[in-house]
Amino acid sequence: MIPAPFEYEAAQSASHALDLLARYGEDAKLLAGGHSLLPMMKLRLAVPAVVIDIGRVGELAGIQADGDDLVIGATTCHADVAASDLVRSRTPLLAYAAAQVGDPQIRHRGTIGGSLAHADPAADLPMALVALGGSLVITGPAGPRTVSADDFFAGFFETSLEPDELLTAVRVPRQPGPEWGYQKFVRRANDWAIVGVAAAGGRIALANMGPVPLRATAAEQALASGASAADAAALAAEGTDPAEDIHADRAYRQHLARVLTRRALEHQTG
Amino acid sequence: MQIELTVNGVPRSGEVEPRLLLVHYLRERCGLRAANVGCDTTSCGACTVLVNGRSVKSCTMLAVQAAGQEITTAEGLAAGGEMHPVQQAFRQEHGLQCGFCTPGMVMAATGLLAENPHPTETEVREGLEGNFCRCTGYHNIVRAVLAAAETMSA
Repeated sequence: MIPAPFEYEAAQSASHALDLLARYGEDAKLLAGGHSLLPMMKLRLAVPAVVIDIGRVGELAGIQADGDDLVIGATTCHADVAASDLVRSRTPLLAYAAAQVGDPQIRHRGTIGGSLAHADPAADLPMALVALGGSLVITGPAGPRTVSADDFFAGFFETSLEPDELLTAVRVPRQPGPEWGYQKFVRRANDWAIVGVAAAGGRIALANMGPVPLRATAAEQALASGASAADAAALAAEGTDPAEDIHADRAYRQHLARVLTRRALEHQTG
Repeated sequence: MQIELTVNGVPRSGEVEPRLLLVHYLRERCGLRAANVGCDTTSCGACTVLVNGRSVKSCTMLAVQAAGQEITTAEGLAAGGEMHPVQQAFRQEHGLQCGFCTPGMVMAATGLLAENPHPTETEVREGLEGNFCRCTGYHNIVRAVLAAAETMSA
């Protein structure tokens, strides 16, 4: 499969990418690693007239500490996030999540910003960033703004990014304690989650339990009131209305959310 | 779009359509047909090549994205008529049946051993998660990668 024809622009810098976005508007898509966009273009689910390549803009990649936060450039690939000593020591849940994306080849090309901007509710990094209380640094014609992960995901494959805006970095606060859990229930080795759960510091995030990554707020409140992991996990599917597909119906997904939340609250990974 | 890149140590340049996939550039423009198009959906790994030493699925990369990069295909592994230790190990350990997945397996294994020269069996299996062998010849493939690791560290 070969994508439909498009015009290609290689951005030389973040500000050049913004200029190109301003020029082409909604006709353009940003390309970094291309591991979400290119498969969609091959299937004609995306047919952009212009592709703006930000994959070689050095200032958009890299991992730095800023006080208690980590600032991870949007085009940093999953393999680099997973292998980073800074990420592993400060936010081990994020390093683990990055290592669960796809397979090694995919992790060499796919980027943290790309995965977040793609906003697949079944993906690892949106759920991980919600669990960690992270935020997204976005630049547009009016200057930079920061949006919390809780507010960034607007709908099924939809975010609060405007067509003329660029996601430049991800901010992740230091994980509040040493204990965390991560559960990804998959059908095949390198598949998306049928249901996923990430838990750290009293926050619980669910993947593929709705159109966006969700907080299990009833379970979080129970935990905060001193409930056991098992009792809190029993509330993990409260208020959810997950989609049904060939892999799982609504009731089965809600069952998985409860079981996987208990495991995540018991600090299990898998 | 004019691109310049290095393929198996040889500088190349040419005019390409932006939508040309790297795997088609390698197969049709460079005549390097080791990288196979299998699933064409970033799943099977038959098209795996190294980009700056890291394994990548060339069905999910544009040729224009490879501009300025160093690409290595299975044709570029042998040096001076001698097969690469990973290739030799695949032969010795019978790490192939029909052979379709083999170039991708060999490149993924080469990339894996560059990152982790002494993998455990579990690490080899996880490291080859992105490569399918529809003959299901995984046991000998894993043996071959472990044997190559031993040879290369000797």
